[in-house]
Amino acid sequence: MTTTAPSTSASRTADGTAASTGTGARPGRKRSRRTLTPGRRVPAGRLIGPAVVLALWAAGSAAGQLDPGAIPAPWTVARTAVRLWTEGTLPSDIATSLRRAALGFAIGLTAGVVLALASGLSRIGEALIDGTVQLNRAVPTLGLIPLFILWLGIGETFKIAIIAIVVYIPVYLNTHAALSGIDTRFVELAEVQGLSRPQFIRQVVIPGALPGFFVGLRLAVTGSWLGLVVLEQINATSGLGYLMFQAQNYGQTDIILVGLLIYGVFGLVSDSVVRLIERRVLSWRRTLSV
Amino acid sequence: MAPHTERLTRPAVRLRGLTRSFAGRTVLDGIDLDLPAGQFTALLGHSGSGKSTLLRAVAGLDHGVEGSGEISAPERVSVVFQDSRLLPWRRVLPNVLLGTDGKDAAERGRAALAEVGLAGRERAWPSELSGGEAQRAALARSLVREPELLLADEPFGALDALTKIRMHGLLRDLWQRHRPSVLLVTHDVDEALVLADRILVLDSGRIGLDLALDRPHPRSPRDPVLGACRERLLAALGVTEEAA
Repeated sequence: MTTTAPSTSASRTADGTAASTGTGARPGRKRSRRTLTPGRRVPAGRLIGPAVVLALWAAGSAAGQLDPGAIPAPWTVARTAVRLWTEGTLPSDIATSLRRAALGFAIGLTAGVVLALASGLSRIGEALIDGTVQLNRAVPTLGLIPLFILWLGIGETFKIAIIAIVVYIPVYLNTHAALSGIDTRFVELAEVQGLSRPQFIRQVVIPGALPGFFVGLRLAVTGSWLGLVVLEQINATSGLGYLMFQAQNYGQTDIILVGLLIYGVFGLVSDSVVRLIERRVLSWRRTLSV
Repeated sequence: MAPHTERLTRPAVRLRGLTRSFAGRTVLDGIDLDLPAGQFTALLGHSGSGKSTLLRAVAGLDHGVEGSGEISAPERVSVVFQDSRLLPWRRVLPNVLLGTDGKDAAERGRAALAEVGLAGRERAWPSELSGGEAQRAALARSLVREPELLLADEPFGALDALTKIRMHGLLRDLWQRHRPSVLLVTHDVDEALVLADRILVLDSGRIGLDLALDRPHPRSPRDPVLGACRERLLAALGVTEEAA
């Protein structure tokens, strides 16, 4: 007959304020413990480090401590960026680079997910796919460039293909590991609750594998930019990397820095987007970073 | 007097010659057992005595385990595990409704949550629940399927003593209202005494003691009749009160 009694856990509070009953008697003594979590987030905290670096760079240039031929001042770089954007080919170079990265990424992501599902959810799929991908992983993808140039020519197709391969491997590996590492306790639960196989996959296996998928996704984002940079600098006739390669021939450090900054912005924005999606999708996870 | 005596005629669970072994070691050695419909039975045993093996066999969860024997169990079986086993990526109500469908499912889920005292917590994440609340949600999940047989594998083993007492009351209430057959596996003699109308002791792969217990509820562990039963149970388990 104790069914509707209120739960005992109602007295739980956020940071150990159970000690507050003690402080009521002796107001002078604070008895709450120091927290071991890192504490509250600093607003826009992730921007503070880069801002400090930028300030040091500007200060060094203004004081004449940096060789303008090696590291031009921030304002020189900014002026060059504006000039390239308004008078030069920068907009179309950026568009070309983004298109390569986006296409390669989309194809690689799809392939990685499809293969991981096929291999993680069926024994036949695993037998066919897993070993093959593990072999593929053993070969450094950028080492495939000469072969791919011979097969696909030196155009866009080969660049997109290489980026797709760089992307699909971490997506596959992490998603597959997460799918096959499903907690057996949850498998038992699904059996007891009478779930059909499609229900089991949709309600238990896939949500359980999402954290692993996101690990792969973030590695893939980084990988796609790395692949893009390498591809554009060794053999391209357009795009950001080509712009930087040309600048290297004429000793135009400021243009190279503009290119690097844009790559940096690409990387930062794409990583933030993935983090944002991850935090939305995995909102059930309460970890230190939330 | 148990008011449900007339219902105890048709067995809900029937085991004949149930044998299970792990790596050559016989854990269950030809068990014959009938559990009448609507009876609250507790199964006691040492750790490693095979009581969970028996429960898992009845639940049909022992794939790939060596063994033989006949098992007949009802169609609708629910299992409550020692851990609440709520899916961390689903809120409480969808967790309760796992594997339940139909258009009134959500209503039934809400009703089950209200019954275990969790009304208003439908949208909480499992990580926001205390141990006792999580186990209540697990009970709601097993209830919503209106089981004919409820199998519980040390469901309160991980809870603190106070929470455990409240959960005993809750489980007994729920049983009174829904009248499933219950097989409660536990190593806690007092838990069995407070809850069950029949207590089995599993020893060396066989039922060593089969004790009917016809005391009114709610029971006090200080009831002298229960005290006498406790001694018999402990003796069957090979423990004397002093040595324990």
